[in-house]
Amino acid sequence: MSDAANSAEPLVRVEGVHTYYGKSHILHGVSLTVGAGEVVGLLGRNGVGKSTTLKSIMGLVRPTQGAVTLNGQAITGLPPHKLARLGVGYVPEDRRIFRLLTVMENLRTGLDRQGVTEEKRKTLLDKVFAYFPVLAERRGQAGGTLSGGEQQMLAIARAIMLEPKIILLDEPTEGLMPRMVSQIGHIIEALHKEGISILLVEQNVPLTLQASQRVYIMEKGNVRHHCAASELDVHDAVIKQYLGV
Amino acid sequence: MRVDASRDQSSPANGRGAASPPLLKTELLSVKFGGLAALSQVNFELAQNEVRAVIGPNGAGKSTFFNCLTGVLRPTGGRITFNGEEITGLRSNLISQKGIARSYQITNILPNATALENVRIAAQSRRHAWNMVSHHGGFADINARAESALQSVGLLAKANELAANLSHGEQRNLEIGIALATEPKLLCLDEPTAGMSAAETNETKELIRRIAKNLTILIVEHDMEVVMELCDRITVLHYGQILAEGTPEEIQANPRVLEVYLKT
Amino acid sequence: MGAIGEFLHSIPVDLLIIQTVNGIVTGMILALVASGLTLIFGIMDVVNFAHGELFMLGAYMGVIAFAMTGNFWLALVLAALIIGIFGAALQILTLRPLIGRDPLNTILATFGVSLVLQNYALWQFGPVARKISAPMSAEFTLFYLQYPWYRIVIALLSGAIIGGLWLFLKFNRFGVWIRATTQDRVMAQAMGIPVPLVYTGVFALGAAMAAASGVLFAPFGGVDSSMGLQWVLEAFIVVVVGGMGNLGGSVVAAIFISLLEAYAAVWLNPSQAVIVSFVVLILTLLFRPTGLFAVPK
Repeated sequence: MSDAANSAEPLVRVEGVHTYYGKSHILHGVSLTVGAGEVVGLLGRNGVGKSTTLKSIMGLVRPTQGAVTLNGQAITGLPPHKLARLGVGYVPEDRRIFRLLTVMENLRTGLDRQGVTEEKRKTLLDKVFAYFPVLAERRGQAGGTLSGGEQQMLAIARAIMLEPKIILLDEPTEGLMPRMVSQIGHIIEALHKEGISILLVEQNVPLTLQASQRVYIMEKGNVRHHCAASELDVHDAVIKQYLGV
Repeated sequence: MRVDASRDQSSPANGRGAASPPLLKTELLSVKFGGLAALSQVNFELAQNEVRAVIGPNGAGKSTFFNCLTGVLRPTGGRITFNGEEITGLRSNLISQKGIARSYQITNILPNATALENVRIAAQSRRHAWNMVSHHGGFADINARAESALQSVGLLAKANELAANLSHGEQRNLEIGIALATEPKLLCLDEPTAGMSAAETNETKELIRRIAKNLTILIVEHDMEVVMELCDRITVLHYGQILAEGTPEEIQANPRVLEVYLKT
Repeated sequence: MGAIGEFLHSIPVDLLIIQTVNGIVTGMILALVASGLTLIFGIMDVVNFAHGELFMLGAYMGVIAFAMTGNFWLALVLAALIIGIFGAALQILTLRPLIGRDPLNTILATFGVSLVLQNYALWQFGPVARKISAPMSAEFTLFYLQYPWYRIVIALLSGAIIGGLWLFLKFNRFGVWIRATTQDRVMAQAMGIPVPLVYTGVFALGAAMAAASGVLFAPFGGVDSSMGLQWVLEAFIVVVVGGMGNLGGSVVAAIFISLLEAYAAVWLNPSQAVIVSFVVLILTLLFRPTGLFAVPK
């Protein structure tokens, strides 16, 4: 594992988090870190608590125990809009773009912030349209009329508008065609090059191992395995054990 | 490519379901939502007394399959036969009367009723009572059936406890008890161990093992340990079609199944 | 043939035209009241039973402001402003603590507030109805009537306010916030939109619009503590018929229902004509319960 991950305080630290949905105890003391500029993968089968972990960081559910910090500052249980302003972007599993707003209006929800100059607006929009030219074409179209892949791109672009330090990406390749899957891989790489951290929840093992520096594997509400992505191969027994049948 | 592992009906798996006709059978079962084929010409057979799991990655069609069998969804094509009778497209209350019971992924119990009352309502469904005068607790046979169902799921001691006060694991087991109280021939369990700790999962696994002795069970599950340990056979769905079927060992050894799960 | 001819002859065309104008005028005020209500419901699922009282208090504020300034238009703006701020305070104190709870709680809360406000007004202003004189007394001849220009002005002004609201929602950045929050409250938060603040803002906006309608209506109806009751009932019917949360729908529904009532008043007496709106409500609930003009989400 890289030294950088161990030396300074990581960008995001999740420590011993327990989260419930009603009575259902989903997270049983999850701990993980994401360093500045790192792509960290979070793998696991359905129902193990990967999405819940992201939601616990983003304040969409409130942990009953444990702590989440951003740059050392406690953010556990803060409301989501504060987290967005602190630089945490969230791209949910079902994309959840605003279907009745146009592409441009969707982007504006992230762009219309305090302290964004006209120049900055233009830079951000140009960047995002360079990443996703199809969004530029469809900027006046209602979000609900976009295809699944285009909606995924819009969801990621929308988060980029917040100029986040870290993006929480929940299963971005689910339901997408192979060509789009590799495009997502390229986007993650490009974001990584810009220095944006990513916590990537995925079930697509090859993509995750290729895009991430470190990987956590979860099972039944706990982290069961943690190592550098380079130490893992898709055919390893540990992958089969926690992700296979 | 479809891997068709041993579906030989004349050689029963694990000595169960000897050459008698299948309890449940689907032929060319299809469900289309607009342009999307959620289920595509599924041919499925379930033998009497079998414990079968239906697994598959997200979007494979497992819930859709369950919903067709239990009358929640009407298939757009194909047939479903249960116990020799065609049940395609029947509404869920009729399907329940025919002997198919289902527990749900999101717990569906009545929180303000006791465990016994929850189960008794299900037991009542098997008897048409036009008696408007007697107290609902006054029917000995219904009470007996309800208590027996509670006993099977290990909740008899908590019979008079409000369902809302039970732990999550106990509530999920109560869910199974409610299904059992209808004395089904086929029990469909939808992610019975969802949201449970390792300890609770173990308990539920044992519970299912116990009740499986006299029942035919169909389970959708993501917890592979539970699936591998409990089931006689496993059906793997992928993009609405059957990708593979076989014993747990056969499925684990099947490279195509692993590919599909790991997205390699 | 003869009977039909007789019937056609008996239709008072001039009266129908007069009623059309009346229907549109009342419809526009009703639309203004209903827009606030549907906006509040659409964004935060709150059924605001106190909306009629905001209308009533707006009218009273108008009376006071008019007495102080002598200028109708100034009174209108002041009343809307004051009640808007009051609405914000109300939302923060009574509704914000209830967010996330069973909707029955907010219904009870707003109903309670409405009772308090009605009785407060009765206590503060007494039972005698107040009046504001119309800002203009010019009239024009409509058949055999001298029809006040003021009524036409109200209709135009209400239309302008609703039009302004529509433009605000469509183009202004806070309008985008409101629309995003209405569609997906959770994702709006995840995009940094301060949803609790947006809720307060929308409630204040709805309250201001109700207050403005109250002031506009005051010259022809008089101001008393129970004036909100009949308007809020009609406004709820409009909101349901137009589709809850659907701004355009409620405007169309308001005019539609008011016109029907106005025509019915030709043959029935006005208190019976109200039955029309209930008939429309029942038919809508039976056949198109999401509203006649509801947009599928």
